[in-house]
Amino acid sequence: MTTHYLVLSALLFAIGGVGVLLRRNAIVVFMCVELMLNACNLAFVTFARQHGNLDGQLIAFFVMVVAAAEVVIGLAIIVMIFRTRRSASVDNANLLKY
Amino acid sequence: MGETITFWVLAVVSVAAALGLVFSRKAVYSALMLGVVMLSLAVLYAVQDAPFLAAVQIIVYTGAVMMLFLFVLMLVGVDSADSLVETIRGQRFWAIVAGLGFGLLLALAVGNVAFSPAAGMGRAVSGRDGNVPALAEEIFTRHVFAFEVTSALLITAALGAMVLAHRERVRPKATQRDLARTRFAGPQPSPLPGPGTYALHNAIDMPALLPDGTVAVTSINRVLARHEMEEGYAPTDPEKAALIKQVLEKDAARDAAPVEGDKPIQVKDALQDEGELRDEGEPQAGTTSRKENAPQEEDGK
Repeated sequence: MTTHYLVLSALLFAIGGVGVLLRRNAIVVFMCVELMLNACNLAFVTFARQHGNLDGQLIAFFVMVVAAAEVVIGLAIIVMIFRTRRSASVDNANLLKY
Repeated sequence: MGETITFWVLAVVSVAAALGLVFSRKAVYSALMLGVVMLSLAVLYAVQDAPFLAAVQIIVYTGAVMMLFLFVLMLVGVDSADSLVETIRGQRFWAIVAGLGFGLLLALAVGNVAFSPAAGMGRAVSGRDGNVPALAEEIFTRHVFAFEVTSALLITAALGAMVLAHRERVRPKATQRDLARTRFAGPQPSPLPGPGTYALHNAIDMPALLPDGTVAVTSINRVLARHEMEEGYAPTDPEKAALIKQVLEKDAARDAAPVEGDKPIQVKDALQDEGELRDEGEPQAGTTSRKENAPQEEDGK
Protein backbone atom coordinates (compact mmCIF):
# COMPACT_ATOMS: atom_id res chain seq x y z
CA MET A 1 0.00 0.00 0.00
CA THR A 2 2.92 2.36 0.66
CA THR A 3 3.61 2.66 -3.04
CA HIS A 4 0.00 3.56 -3.74
CA TYR A 5 0.00 6.36 -1.22
CA LEU A 6 3.29 7.71 -2.49
CA VAL A 7 2.12 7.68 -6.09
CA LEU A 8 -1.05 9.49 -5.09
CA SER A 9 1.04 12.03 -3.24
CA ALA A 10 3.29 12.50 -6.28
CA LEU A 11 0.28 12.96 -8.55
CA LEU A 12 -1.29 15.58 -6.28
CA PHE A 13 2.04 17.37 -6.03
CA ALA A 14 2.44 17.43 -9.80
CA ILE A 15 -1.11 18.67 -10.30
CA GLY A 16 -0.48 21.43 -7.80
CA GLY A 17 2.71 22.36 -9.62
CA VAL A 18 0.90 22.56 -12.95
CA GLY A 19 -1.69 24.79 -11.31
CA VAL A 20 0.98 27.14 -10.01
CA LEU A 21 2.42 27.40 -13.51
CA LEU A 22 -0.90 27.73 -15.31
CA ARG A 23 -3.16 29.94 -13.26
CA ARG A 24 -2.95 33.71 -13.08
CA ASN A 25 -5.29 34.46 -10.23
CA ALA A 26 -3.00 34.84 -7.24
CA ILE A 27 -5.50 33.19 -4.91
CA VAL A 28 -5.81 30.11 -7.09
CA VAL A 29 -2.02 29.93 -7.35
CA PHE A 30 -1.97 30.00 -3.59
CA MET A 31 -4.50 27.19 -3.38
CA CYS A 32 -2.30 25.12 -5.65
CA VAL A 33 0.63 25.72 -3.30
CA GLU A 34 -1.55 24.46 -0.47
CA LEU A 35 -2.34 21.39 -2.53
CA MET A 36 1.38 20.72 -2.93
CA LEU A 37 1.93 21.08 0.82
CA ASN A 38 -0.90 18.64 1.47
CA ALA A 39 0.61 16.15 -0.94
CA CYS A 40 3.90 16.39 0.95
CA ASN A 41 2.07 15.75 4.20
CA LEU A 42 0.54 12.62 2.76
CA ALA A 43 4.01 11.38 1.86
CA PHE A 44 5.24 12.15 5.38
CA VAL A 45 2.41 10.26 7.01
CA THR A 46 2.92 7.33 4.66
CA PHE A 47 6.61 7.14 5.46
CA ALA A 48 5.86 7.37 9.16
CA ARG A 49 3.77 4.26 8.87
CA GLN A 50 6.27 2.55 6.62
CA HIS A 51 9.07 3.01 9.11
CA GLY A 52 6.93 2.65 12.18
CA ASN A 53 8.01 5.80 13.97
CA LEU A 54 6.32 9.07 14.74
CA ASP A 55 8.79 11.49 13.18
CA GLY A 56 6.89 11.67 9.91
CA GLN A 57 3.65 12.58 11.63
CA LEU A 58 5.49 15.12 13.71
CA ILE A 59 6.97 16.81 10.65
CA ALA A 60 3.55 16.76 8.98
CA PHE A 61 2.18 18.53 12.04
CA PHE A 62 4.84 21.22 11.84
CA VAL A 63 4.23 21.61 8.11
CA MET A 64 0.57 22.27 8.87
CA VAL A 65 1.48 24.95 11.41
CA VAL A 66 3.85 26.67 9.01
CA ALA A 67 1.32 26.39 6.19
CA ALA A 68 -1.34 28.05 8.32
CA ALA A 69 0.99 30.96 9.08
CA GLU A 70 1.97 31.17 5.44
CA VAL A 71 -1.65 31.29 4.29
CA VAL A 72 -2.41 34.15 6.66
CA ILE A 73 0.52 36.24 5.47
CA GLY A 74 0.08 35.35 1.83
CA LEU A 75 -3.57 36.24 1.75
CA ALA A 76 -2.86 39.50 3.57
CA ILE A 77 -0.30 40.34 0.89
CA ILE A 78 -2.77 39.46 -1.85
CA VAL A 79 -5.42 41.69 -0.30
CA MET A 80 -2.90 44.50 -0.02
CA ILE A 81 -1.82 44.15 -3.65
CA PHE A 82 -5.46 44.05 -4.69
CA ARG A 83 -6.08 47.29 -2.89
CA THR A 84 -3.31 49.15 -4.64
CA ARG A 85 -3.44 47.49 -8.06
CA ARG A 86 -7.16 46.62 -8.23
CA SER A 87 -6.32 43.19 -9.50
CA ALA A 88 -5.54 39.77 -8.10
CA SER A 89 -3.75 38.62 -11.22
CA VAL A 90 -0.10 37.73 -10.86
CA ASP A 91 0.61 39.36 -14.21
CA ASN A 92 -0.27 42.78 -12.94
CA ALA A 93 2.22 42.82 -10.11
CA ASN A 94 5.12 43.79 -12.35
CA LEU A 95 6.49 46.96 -10.83
CA LEU A 96 9.88 45.40 -10.24
CA LYS A 97 10.15 44.40 -13.85
CA TYR A 98 11.89 47.45 -15.24
CA MET B 1 -9.40 -4.86 2.33
CA GLY B 2 -11.30 -1.97 3.79
CA GLU B 3 -8.23 0.20 3.49
CA THR B 4 -7.79 -0.69 -0.16
CA ILE B 5 -11.35 0.26 -1.00
CA THR B 6 -11.08 3.51 0.96
CA PHE B 7 -7.82 4.31 -0.73
CA TRP B 8 -9.06 3.77 -4.26
CA VAL B 9 -12.27 5.70 -3.75
CA LEU B 10 -10.47 8.61 -2.13
CA ALA B 11 -7.59 8.54 -4.59
CA VAL B 12 -9.97 8.93 -7.51
CA VAL B 13 -11.94 11.61 -5.71
CA SER B 14 -8.91 13.59 -4.64
CA VAL B 15 -7.14 13.48 -8.01
CA ALA B 16 -10.35 14.48 -9.78
CA ALA B 17 -10.87 17.31 -7.32
CA ALA B 18 -7.26 18.44 -7.72
CA LEU B 19 -7.72 18.55 -11.48
CA GLY B 20 -10.92 20.50 -10.96
CA LEU B 21 -9.03 22.90 -8.73
CA VAL B 22 -6.52 23.60 -11.45
CA PHE B 23 -8.86 23.74 -14.41
CA SER B 24 -12.09 25.30 -13.18
CA ARG B 25 -12.57 28.84 -14.39
CA LYS B 26 -14.19 30.21 -11.27
CA ALA B 27 -12.07 30.74 -8.20
CA VAL B 28 -14.85 29.69 -5.83
CA TYR B 29 -15.12 26.30 -7.51
CA SER B 30 -11.38 25.96 -7.10
CA ALA B 31 -11.71 26.66 -3.39
CA LEU B 32 -14.44 24.06 -2.97
CA MET B 33 -12.42 21.52 -4.92
CA LEU B 34 -9.48 22.18 -2.62
CA GLY B 35 -11.81 21.50 0.30
CA VAL B 36 -12.69 18.12 -1.19
CA VAL B 37 -9.01 17.24 -1.59
CA MET B 38 -8.27 18.23 1.99
CA LEU B 39 -11.17 16.22 3.39
CA SER B 40 -10.20 13.10 1.49
CA LEU B 41 -6.61 13.51 2.64
CA ALA B 42 -7.88 13.75 6.21
CA VAL B 43 -9.61 10.40 5.79
CA LEU B 44 -6.43 8.94 4.31
CA TYR B 45 -4.50 10.10 7.37
CA ALA B 46 -7.04 8.47 9.62
CA VAL B 47 -6.73 5.24 7.65
CA GLN B 48 -2.96 5.40 8.06
CA ASP B 49 -3.06 5.41 11.85
CA ALA B 50 -2.70 9.16 12.22
CA PRO B 51 -5.94 10.16 13.96
CA PHE B 52 -4.43 13.31 15.44
CA LEU B 53 -3.29 14.58 12.06
CA ALA B 54 -6.66 13.72 10.55
CA ALA B 55 -8.42 15.85 13.15
CA VAL B 56 -5.91 18.67 12.75
CA GLN B 57 -6.26 18.49 8.98
CA ILE B 58 -10.00 18.94 9.22
CA ILE B 59 -9.87 21.63 11.87
CA VAL B 60 -6.95 23.65 10.55
CA TYR B 61 -7.20 23.13 6.81
CA THR B 62 -10.84 22.65 5.96
CA GLY B 63 -11.92 24.75 8.89
CA ALA B 64 -9.56 27.69 9.11
CA VAL B 65 -7.54 27.84 5.92
CA MET B 66 -10.43 27.18 3.57
CA MET B 67 -12.58 29.76 5.30
CA LEU B 68 -9.76 32.26 5.01
CA PHE B 69 -9.47 31.50 1.30
CA LEU B 70 -13.17 31.93 0.73
CA PHE B 71 -13.22 35.09 2.80
CA VAL B 72 -10.42 36.68 0.79
CA LEU B 73 -12.03 35.47 -2.41
CA MET B 74 -15.22 37.27 -1.53
CA LEU B 75 -13.27 40.36 -0.51
CA VAL B 76 -11.21 40.49 -3.68
CA GLY B 77 -14.18 39.84 -5.92
CA VAL B 78 -15.50 36.48 -6.93
CA ASP B 79 -15.86 37.54 -10.52
CA SER B 80 -12.17 38.22 -10.97
CA ALA B 81 -11.88 35.45 -13.50
CA ASP B 82 -8.60 34.52 -15.07
CA SER B 83 -7.77 36.19 -18.32
CA LEU B 84 -7.47 33.79 -21.20
CA VAL B 85 -4.59 35.61 -22.83
CA GLU B 86 -1.25 33.93 -22.58
CA THR B 87 1.41 36.39 -21.49
CA ILE B 88 4.26 34.08 -22.30
CA ARG B 89 3.81 32.27 -25.58
CA GLY B 90 3.53 28.52 -25.23
CA GLN B 91 3.46 28.78 -21.47
CA ARG B 92 0.39 26.65 -21.08
CA PHE B 93 1.69 23.86 -23.29
CA TRP B 94 5.08 23.72 -21.64
CA ALA B 95 3.61 23.95 -18.16
CA ILE B 96 1.44 20.92 -18.85
CA VAL B 97 4.36 19.05 -20.41
CA ALA B 98 6.54 19.86 -17.42
CA GLY B 99 3.81 18.83 -15.00
CA LEU B 100 3.18 15.54 -16.78
CA GLY B 101 6.88 14.82 -16.97
CA PHE B 102 7.42 15.62 -13.33
CA GLY B 103 4.45 13.58 -12.21
CA LEU B 104 5.47 10.60 -14.33
CA LEU B 105 9.05 10.81 -13.11
CA LEU B 106 8.01 10.88 -9.47
CA ALA B 107 5.38 8.18 -9.88
CA LEU B 108 7.72 5.88 -11.77
CA ALA B 109 10.55 6.44 -9.32
CA VAL B 110 8.30 5.68 -6.39
CA GLY B 111 6.64 2.80 -8.21
CA ASN B 112 9.97 1.11 -8.86
CA VAL B 113 10.98 1.01 -5.23
CA ALA B 114 10.26 -2.32 -3.57
CA PHE B 115 8.97 -1.51 -0.10
CA SER B 116 8.94 -4.05 2.65
CA PRO B 117 5.53 -4.41 4.29
CA ALA B 118 4.77 -1.32 6.31
CA ALA B 119 6.00 -1.50 9.87
CA GLY B 120 2.80 0.14 11.08
CA MET B 121 2.42 2.56 13.91
CA GLY B 122 2.00 -0.18 16.51
CA ARG B 123 5.64 -0.21 17.48
CA ALA B 124 5.89 3.57 17.73
CA VAL B 125 3.01 3.89 20.12
CA SER B 126 3.62 0.74 22.10
CA GLY B 127 3.99 1.41 25.81
CA ARG B 128 2.18 4.71 25.42
CA ASP B 129 -1.51 5.43 25.50
CA GLY B 130 -1.98 5.72 21.77
CA ASN B 131 -1.25 8.07 18.95
CA VAL B 132 -2.04 11.41 20.56
CA PRO B 133 -0.12 10.87 23.84
CA ALA B 134 2.80 9.48 21.87
CA LEU B 135 2.86 12.53 19.60
CA ALA B 136 2.53 14.81 22.61
CA GLU B 137 5.47 13.12 24.24
CA GLU B 138 7.57 13.62 21.12
CA ILE B 139 6.55 17.26 20.74
CA PHE B 140 7.08 18.23 24.35
CA THR B 141 10.33 16.39 24.89
CA ARG B 142 12.53 15.96 21.85
CA HIS B 143 11.05 18.76 19.77
CA VAL B 144 10.09 21.21 22.45
CA PHE B 145 12.33 23.95 21.06
CA ALA B 146 10.81 23.67 17.58
CA PHE B 147 7.41 23.82 19.18
CA GLU B 148 8.28 27.01 21.05
CA VAL B 149 9.66 28.56 17.87
CA THR B 150 6.35 27.68 16.24
CA SER B 151 4.54 29.85 18.74
CA ALA B 152 6.81 32.75 17.83
CA LEU B 153 6.03 32.10 14.18
CA LEU B 154 2.30 32.16 14.80
CA ILE B 155 2.48 35.40 16.75
CA THR B 156 4.60 36.96 14.02
CA ALA B 157 2.12 35.79 11.39
CA ALA B 158 -0.83 37.24 13.26
CA LEU B 159 0.94 40.55 13.75
CA GLY B 160 2.11 40.60 10.15
CA ALA B 161 -1.38 39.96 8.85
CA MET B 162 -2.71 42.80 10.95
CA VAL B 163 0.00 45.17 9.79
CA LEU B 164 -0.46 44.22 6.15
CA ALA B 165 -4.22 44.34 6.15
CA HIS B 166 -4.47 47.54 8.13
CA ARG B 167 -5.07 50.67 6.15
CA GLU B 168 -4.61 54.24 7.25
CA ARG B 169 -7.35 56.59 6.23
CA VAL B 170 -5.52 59.13 4.09
CA ARG B 171 -8.52 61.35 3.45
CA PRO B 172 -11.10 62.26 6.02
CA LYS B 173 -14.27 60.26 5.80
CA ALA B 174 -16.74 61.89 3.44
CA THR B 175 -19.52 63.49 5.41
CA GLN B 176 -23.08 63.72 4.22
CA ARG B 177 -22.41 67.33 3.36
CA ASP B 178 -19.46 66.42 1.14
CA LEU B 179 -21.47 63.75 -0.58
CA ALA B 180 -24.32 66.15 -1.28
CA ARG B 181 -21.89 68.72 -2.64
CA THR B 182 -20.26 66.20 -4.96
CA ARG B 183 -23.60 65.13 -6.18
CA PHE B 184 -24.87 68.60 -6.96
CA ALA B 185 -21.60 69.61 -8.57
CA GLY B 186 -21.80 66.50 -10.72
CA PRO B 187 -23.71 66.05 -13.95
CA GLN B 188 -26.83 64.52 -12.46
CA PRO B 189 -28.17 65.99 -9.23
CA SER B 190 -31.49 64.23 -9.55
CA PRO B 191 -31.99 60.53 -8.94
CA LEU B 192 -31.50 58.34 -11.97
CA PRO B 193 -34.55 57.32 -13.92
CA GLY B 194 -35.97 54.01 -12.86
CA PRO B 195 -36.32 51.09 -15.21
CA GLY B 196 -39.33 50.82 -17.46
CA THR B 197 -41.86 48.71 -15.67
CA TYR B 198 -44.31 47.52 -18.28
CA ALA B 199 -46.82 44.76 -18.13
CA LEU B 200 -45.20 43.00 -21.03
CA HIS B 201 -41.71 42.72 -19.71
CA ASN B 202 -39.69 41.58 -16.80
CA ALA B 203 -39.73 44.99 -15.19
CA ILE B 204 -36.27 45.93 -14.00
CA ASP B 205 -34.30 44.82 -17.00
CA MET B 206 -36.25 47.06 -19.38
CA PRO B 207 -35.04 50.57 -20.15
CA ALA B 208 -37.43 53.42 -19.46
CA LEU B 209 -38.87 55.40 -22.32
CA LEU B 210 -38.51 59.15 -22.69
CA PRO B 211 -41.52 61.26 -23.74
CA ASP B 212 -40.47 61.10 -27.38
CA GLY B 213 -40.40 57.32 -27.30
CA THR B 214 -36.64 56.87 -27.25
CA VAL B 215 -34.86 54.87 -24.62
CA ALA B 216 -33.44 56.55 -21.52
CA VAL B 217 -29.89 55.24 -21.53
CA THR B 218 -29.30 55.98 -17.87
CA SER B 219 -32.18 53.76 -16.81
CA ILE B 220 -30.48 50.61 -18.02
CA ASN B 221 -29.09 48.51 -15.23
CA ARG B 222 -25.67 47.59 -16.53
CA VAL B 223 -25.23 44.47 -14.47
CA LEU B 224 -28.54 43.00 -15.53
CA ALA B 225 -28.06 44.04 -19.11
CA ARG B 226 -24.65 42.47 -19.33
CA HIS B 227 -25.93 39.30 -17.74
CA GLU B 228 -28.82 39.11 -20.16
CA MET B 229 -26.63 39.73 -23.15
CA GLU B 230 -24.29 36.98 -22.07
CA GLU B 231 -27.12 34.57 -21.36
CA GLY B 232 -28.95 35.50 -24.53
CA TYR B 233 -32.10 36.96 -23.03
CA ALA B 234 -32.00 40.17 -25.06
CA PRO B 235 -35.19 42.23 -25.11
CA THR B 236 -37.57 41.21 -27.85
CA ASP B 237 -37.73 44.72 -29.24
CA PRO B 238 -34.76 44.80 -31.64
CA GLU B 239 -34.29 48.53 -31.23
CA LYS B 240 -33.92 48.27 -27.48
CA ALA B 241 -31.73 45.22 -27.76
CA ALA B 242 -29.46 47.06 -30.14
CA LEU B 243 -29.34 50.02 -27.83
CA ILE B 244 -28.49 47.97 -24.79
CA LYS B 245 -25.82 46.22 -26.78
CA GLN B 246 -24.43 49.52 -27.93
CA VAL B 247 -24.30 50.86 -24.39
CA LEU B 248 -22.55 47.71 -23.23
CA GLU B 249 -20.03 47.93 -26.02
CA LYS B 250 -19.32 51.50 -25.11
CA ASP B 251 -18.84 50.36 -21.53
CA ALA B 252 -16.41 47.70 -22.57
CA ALA B 253 -14.51 50.14 -24.73
CA ARG B 254 -14.24 52.84 -22.18
CA ASP B 255 -12.42 50.69 -19.61
CA ALA B 256 -11.80 52.77 -16.54
CA ALA B 257 -13.02 56.19 -17.62
CA PRO B 258 -16.18 57.19 -15.75
CA VAL B 259 -19.47 57.63 -17.56
CA GLU B 260 -21.82 60.15 -16.05
CA GLY B 261 -25.10 59.12 -14.68
CA ASP B 262 -24.87 55.39 -14.78
CA LYS B 263 -26.99 53.38 -12.51
CA PRO B 264 -25.25 53.13 -9.18
CA ILE B 265 -24.71 49.79 -7.61
CA GLN B 266 -25.60 50.40 -4.05
CA VAL B 267 -23.32 47.98 -2.28
CA LYS B 268 -20.25 48.81 -4.31
CA ASP B 269 -20.95 52.48 -3.92
CA ALA B 270 -21.31 52.27 -0.17
CA LEU B 271 -18.08 50.34 0.04
CA GLN B 272 -16.36 52.91 -2.04
CA ASP B 273 -17.45 55.67 0.27
CA GLU B 274 -15.45 53.87 2.88
CA GLY B 275 -12.50 54.04 0.54
CA GLU B 276 -12.91 50.31 0.10
CA LEU B 277 -12.94 47.78 -2.66
CA ARG B 278 -14.23 48.74 -6.03
CA ASP B 279 -14.33 47.04 -9.37
CA GLU B 280 -12.92 48.94 -12.26
CA GLY B 281 -15.52 48.03 -14.78
CA GLU B 282 -18.51 48.74 -12.61
CA PRO B 283 -20.38 51.94 -13.19
CA GLN B 284 -20.83 54.43 -10.42
CA ALA B 285 -22.75 57.62 -10.25
CA GLY B 286 -21.53 60.67 -8.47
CA THR B 287 -18.04 59.36 -7.99
CA THR B 288 -16.56 61.25 -10.89
CA SER B 289 -14.40 63.46 -8.79
CA ARG B 290 -13.11 60.65 -6.65
CA LYS B 291 -12.48 58.26 -9.45
CA GLU B 292 -9.40 59.98 -10.78
CA ASN B 293 -7.04 58.49 -8.24
CA ALA B 294 -5.98 54.93 -8.67
CA PRO B 295 -6.97 53.02 -11.75
CA GLN B 296 -5.72 55.19 -14.59
CA GLU B 297 -2.13 55.70 -13.74
CA GLU B 298 -1.20 52.10 -14.19
CA ASP B 299 -2.66 52.03 -17.68
CA GLY B 300 -0.73 55.06 -18.75
CA LYS B 301 2.58 53.91 -17.44
